[in-house]
Order: sequence, then C-alpha cells, then structure tokens
Amino acid sequence: MTASAARAADGYTMTSAPPKIVIENLSVQYRDGTESLRDVSLSIPPNQITVLFGPAGGGKSTLLRAINRLNDLVDGVRVTGRILLDGETITGPGVDTVGLRRRVGMVFAQPVPLPMTIRQNVVYGLELAGQRNAAQQAWALEKSLRAAALWDEVHDRLDAPAAALSGGQQQRLCLARVLALEPEVILLDEPTSGLDPISTAKVEQSLQEIKRNYTVVIVPHSVQQAARLADLAAFFLQGELVEVGIGRDLFLTPRDPRTDDYVTGRFG
Amino acid sequence: MPTSLLTLKPQPAPRGRWTEFITEALIRAAGYSAVLFVGLILLFLLREGLPAFAEVQVTDLFSARWYPIEAHFGLLPLISGSLIVTAGAVLIAVPFGLATAIFIAEIAPRWLREFLKPFIEVLGGLPSVVLGFMGMLVLAPWVRETLGTPTGLTAFTGSVLLAGMALPTLVSVAEDALDAVPRSYRDAALALGATPWQTIWRVTLPAARTGVLTATMLGIGRAIGETMTVMMVTGNAARLPDGPAALFLPVRTMTATIAAEMGEVANGSAHYHVLFTIGIALFVISFVVNLAASAVVFQQKKRSERLLS
Amino acid sequence: MTRLLTQRLAFALFTLATLATTLPIVLIVAYIVLAGGPAISTEFLTAMPRDGMRAGGLWPAIVGTVLLTLGTGLIAVPLGVAAAIYLAEYAKDTALTRAIRIAIINLAGIPSVVYGLFGLGLFVLFLGFGTSILAGCLTLAIMTLPVIISTTEEALRAVPQSFRVVSISLGGTQWQTIRRVVLPQALPGILTGVILGLERAAGETAPILFTAAAFFLPRLPGSALDATMALPYHLFVISTQVPGMPITLQYGTALVLLVFVLSMNLIATLIRSRARARRQW
Repeated sequence: MTASAARAADGYTMTSAPPKIVIENLSVQYRDGTESLRDVSLSIPPNQITVLFGPAGGGKSTLLRAINRLNDLVDGVRVTGRILLDGETITGPGVDTVGLRRRVGMVFAQPVPLPMTIRQNVVYGLELAGQRNAAQQAWALEKSLRAAALWDEVHDRLDAPAAALSGGQQQRLCLARVLALEPEVILLDEPTSGLDPISTAKVEQSLQEIKRNYTVVIVPHSVQQAARLADLAAFFLQGELVEVGIGRDLFLTPRDPRTDDYVTGRFG
Repeated sequence: MPTSLLTLKPQPAPRGRWTEFITEALIRAAGYSAVLFVGLILLFLLREGLPAFAEVQVTDLFSARWYPIEAHFGLLPLISGSLIVTAGAVLIAVPFGLATAIFIAEIAPRWLREFLKPFIEVLGGLPSVVLGFMGMLVLAPWVRETLGTPTGLTAFTGSVLLAGMALPTLVSVAEDALDAVPRSYRDAALALGATPWQTIWRVTLPAARTGVLTATMLGIGRAIGETMTVMMVTGNAARLPDGPAALFLPVRTMTATIAAEMGEVANGSAHYHVLFTIGIALFVISFVVNLAASAVVFQQKKRSERLLS
Repeated sequence: MTRLLTQRLAFALFTLATLATTLPIVLIVAYIVLAGGPAISTEFLTAMPRDGMRAGGLWPAIVGTVLLTLGTGLIAVPLGVAAAIYLAEYAKDTALTRAIRIAIINLAGIPSVVYGLFGLGLFVLFLGFGTSILAGCLTLAIMTLPVIISTTEEALRAVPQSFRVVSISLGGTQWQTIRRVVLPQALPGILTGVILGLERAAGETAPILFTAAAFFLPRLPGSALDATMALPYHLFVISTQVPGMPITLQYGTALVLLVFVLSMNLIATLIRSRARARRQW
C-alpha cells in the first residue's frame, strides 16, 4: 500500500473503477489577487468518502465550490486548469451548470433551511427541476429523509416550518434536500461544525451508509473527524495539496513533515 | 445504484431557457429605464424651455421685474423668493429636526421611539395641499394678528410650513445616521466618565455629522421643490427683497409661478417657454443638491468600510 | 454639578423641540376632523357636486383620485419592482449601474411641479393624449418610481444571501431563485413601499395640474383619455378660487383626502409590523 501510495501525488490506487472526479492542475485566484488554490491535481474515487483536511485558509472550501461551480457566484474569480466529472470537463465556458449542480449536491457549514415547510424544503430541488408529480415527490421525500436519519423525527409534521427544527435536525434536513435530487456526488463543507456530538454522530453515520451509492467529498471540521471518515485523505496547506493517503495512512504514518506537524497538533 | 422511481426532466428545456432569457431581458430593460426617464425629462424641459432664449433676451431674464403681461420676464424675484422661503425653512427645520432626531435616537425610551418614528412619517404623508390649506386658514391669520404684518401670507408663513414638510425626511435620515454610530463609541465615552449628554454632544453627534449633513441637504431639496404649500400661503407677489423684513412680506417662488401661471399661458408663447426655463432651473438645482447629498453618503460609506474592514 | 445641570437643560430642550414637531401633527389632524366632520354624510361622499361645487358631493373627485392612484400603481409597480430586482440581483458594479443609481436619486429629487411640466410636454402635447387620466397616471408613475425602486431594493437585499446560494446549489437558475425564494420573502417590504409610494401619488396636486385634472366635469370620466376631477386639486380650487364656498365643505374635502391618504399609511404600517412578526429568518 505504501509503495503504491508513494507513486503519484494524486494517490489514486484504491479501486479499479475509474475516478469519479479528476482535478487537473487547478488554480483559483480571487479578484484581489489572493491565490486560493495553486496547481492542485487530485483524483476522487467513486463510492468512497474523500476527506479534504488542513488548517483554515488551505483552499479546501474553494476546491469544493469549484466542483459544483459555486465559485461562479463570486465576482472576479479566475479558474485555471480543469476538472472532469465522469470524464467530461466541467470547468470553462459552455458547461450546463444547472445540470451539473443537480448531479453534484452540497451541504454547507451552517444549516440553511429555506423559509418553507420541511416537505417543501426537501422537494425544492425537484420543483426547480420541473418534477411536480406528487407521487414521485412523496417517494423522494421519504427516501431522502430516511437516508438522512431524519424521517422518524419529522414524519408526522412534514408541513411544519423547517425553521422550527433544531440545528442538528436542520442540517440533516439540508442533507435530505440534497439527496432528494439523487445526485452522483455529495460535497460537504464542515457540515457538523455547529452541531452537538450526537447530531454529529448521526450525520457521520448517514455518510457511511450513503457512500455506497454516492461519491462523498467532505471537509471535516477536525482532524479526528477526518480520521474517522476517510477512505481517501488529502492534506491541504495554504492552497497547495501536500499529500494524499489511503484510509488512516496520513494520520498514522504521514510522509510529509508538514502533515505530521498538523496531524499531531503542533500547529492548527 | 438502486433503481430509482424518480424521473427528472433533462436540463432546462429549451422553452425554459427562453423564458429565463426573456425575463432577464425585461428586468434589465426596467433597470435601464431610470436613466431613460431622466433623459426624457431633461429633453422635454429643454425642448419647451430653450426657445425662451430666442424670444427673450438673457439680460431681461435676469432683471428684477416679473410681469409677464407686459413681457417682463425677470427671474430674479422668483429665484430670491424661493431662496428666502427655503432659507427660512432650513433655519427652522434643522434645529428642530436635529433636536427631534437626537431625542428619538438617544434620549427617548424604546417604546417611545417605536411610536415616534412612524408618527413623524405620518407628517410626511400629509398632502402638501392640505398643509397649504391649513396654513391659509389658520397659520396666516395668526401671523397677521400676532406679528402685525399687513397680510398673513408671507415668506415666513411659507417657511414654517415648508419646515414642516422637510422635517420628516430630515428627522428620519438624521436619526438613521445617529443610530449608525457604533455602540462602542458611546460605551467608550461613558466608560471614561462622560455623562450621556456629553457623549451625545461630543462623540455621537460629531461621528454622525456627515449623515446629518446629508439630511440637511435632502431637506433643502425637499423645500426648494415644494409647490402647493407655498403657492397657497406666500402671497404670490413677485418682488425682490429689500432687507430682512422681506421675510414677513409676500413673495413668489419659482415653483408657485409655474403652477399658478401655466394654466393661463398660450401654448408656444414666450411666457410658456419661460415657465419651462424655470423648470429647467429647478431641475438643475435639485440635481446638484441631491447629487451632493449622495456623494457625501458615498464618501462616508467608503470611509466606514475602510475603518470596519 | 453643572454637568448634570447642562444635561438636564439639554434634554428638556430636546424634549420640547420634539413636542414642537409632533404636536402640530396631532393638532392639524384633530382640527380637520373637528371642522370637517360635520360635512361628512352619505350624500357628501357619493353624490355629484352641485351649485358650482358649493353643495352636493365629492363623488367624482373621489373616483378620480382612486382611478389615478390605481393607474399609477399599474404602471409604476411592475416597472419599479423589475428595476429593483435588476439592481439587487443582477447588476454588477459598473459605470452603467452607477449611472442608474444616480438617475434614481435624481428622479427622487425633481420637484413635483417639474414633473407636471414634463408630463405636459411629453404626454399631453407631444404624444397627444391631452389632459387625461392616462397622461396623469404616466406622469405620477415616473414620479413614484424612485420610491418603489428603493424600498423594493431594500426589501430584496434584506433577504439572506444564504437562501440564494442554497437555491443555486440545488440546480436553480437565478430567476427561479428570485421567483421562488427571494420575492416571496421580500413581498411585505415591497408592498409597504408600494403603498407608501402610491399614498404620495394620491396626495399630489402639481403633477396633475396640467396633465389630468379638471375642476368641473359634468360626468365621471368615461375612458383613460378623459380628464378627471381629483381630491387634492379639488381642495386647492375650492379653497382658493371659489367665492362663497362653505367653509365646512372645504374642511370636509380636506378630511376625505386626509382619511384616504392616512388609511394607506396605516395599512402599510400594519403590513410591515405583521411581516416582521412572522418572518422565518
């Protein structure tokens, strides 16, 4: 394992299936010149949890947002290099970003329930896509709420306002909302940073279950969470991809001294 | 992947894309329309007002007699009328308005503040003709009796009513400016041992001075542009002031002149064109005043953005 | 000790000043209610005027003001809301956007009588609509535009940005996001602004002086190209140009106009406070 992991910087050795997402020499620069990502190359395996971790300002969130083109919302962002999803380029002009975002869902750090009922929140993406069939919506509603481990708690009050849920429930609602669209990739940006340990455990458990059917890329909020979840781990420092490792390799036997310093808590 | 019963439509159907495109185009057009309208207004004012310069000599326009019947189109009395009434209005409105704004923002308890703010807005909602009506029937006689002027319809009466009209804007903007001063300024002053009054006078007010300046300018803009109120209470006598006592004599403002005489002019006559020229003058004045006010706000925003970043 | 004394003095002065600015409002309204109340009757409100306006009712003036207000709303609201959506959701920080903002500030400051001149020049004469409801509504609409645009923009900006980001991340287009999330949330604020803007339009005299208003019309307006009576103009004429006009009727007219305008104010305030209470963010 270690020998093959030492082979290429992108560390893609774990499954024979072709990578779901390939990131090639990606650099992202903001209007004021700050470089958020510098020449990052990484392959993300399907049906695994890939963890992007590192200290703040490392560019991890930027990378996530590059995958679903959410950086487009910021004025003056320059992206060089490319990203491929299932072999198709998704960076650059002429890409159907609306369709892309249905295939690549995102859960944000702060839970953002839309100002609607629980039901309306979950089926919101379906409505956007034009799926108005009530039966289909109901099926998707139950399926995604179950997958997010929220069904038992809310199935009897689906028409209550989503804002009335607790923080942990809201975040699981956001996950269900994404799942309802049956995306292929799920991106999570510090999804449990505001949650209590029980809710955090529930979310992590959901992720372990759904990864069988989805490709999960997550920015964890702690090194411990990274170690718990990672099938593939990538360490970012100040916009650079430092190293990639399988499973707990990076946390137990990091090769780069910077990774070692961070993982052991010498800085952070 | 398990089989899914979910059938999603493919990416936005061509029709969907079309709707999006048209909607966005309409919205964009609506946004641009503001510029279009300003241009149109200026255009038509010029169209009907510029001929005046061909029909009336410029020197005549700046003479001291406004007597259209005998083809005297001196604008000075009208301009001075507007200036006197506006100046008077500002002199009244600024102290009272500022004091009220300070009271609301700094002194009044919360429940009173929640009541006073919408209440002052009510004053702003009073139609100008209603204020003019009341001024005519109640204020003017009072002025005549109490101040002994020959008639109650004076510049002063107009100033008082105009102050009333400018007050809501002034109080509202000034109050917002005071409110926007960071709590930390006040807390710091109090922690250093200042009384609440000293804090207001020496810390909060100076910090809000650009906002207060803006409020004053907007109030001035409002006062200059008022028509009906001044038409009903200032006596409509177009004469140049000959001393401070002129405040208590009838005057004629530019706005009242247009309103009063437009109905009686022949289309295309010199008089008609000159009235439009007055309109151009009013347009330019309001443009300058409002632009200056917003420039001040813009500068202040940039400064505070730098400070707070 | 003098510090405290100065403070007491200053506070007392300011309280007095506030009284001086707020008391007159109460007095004016009370006076009009008391002096005009006696004139109010079903006949006064629903009958046509008689005897050169010296008797009879206000019906055509009321109808005229309602028509003008509605017509202004029909034109100004879609245009103003759309323009505000452009500024809040689509516009980038370019020279053109700055020009638009300057234009709006400009429009807001133009004296109402200059709007009247403009309406006369463009709608009445150049486009040939004549003195008509149409010309009046178009003029009033442009005058009301800045208020609607700025209050709508403020209402749109108050909606949290996170909603937009979430909607886009779920595959929504910008317009879908605006239509499904932003606009519904901003609606109370928009409504408040619209009502306040129309309230101002309803009370204005100068813009309709040369564009729509007529004093004595034997019948109600039949089409948008007819001139109309209107409450503000009516009050102006009967108080300044009709000899022998009973004073009670003058106050009665003022009262009707006041009630019309202030009830709009009240509705707007109610909408605003109710919305604030029911907000889900």
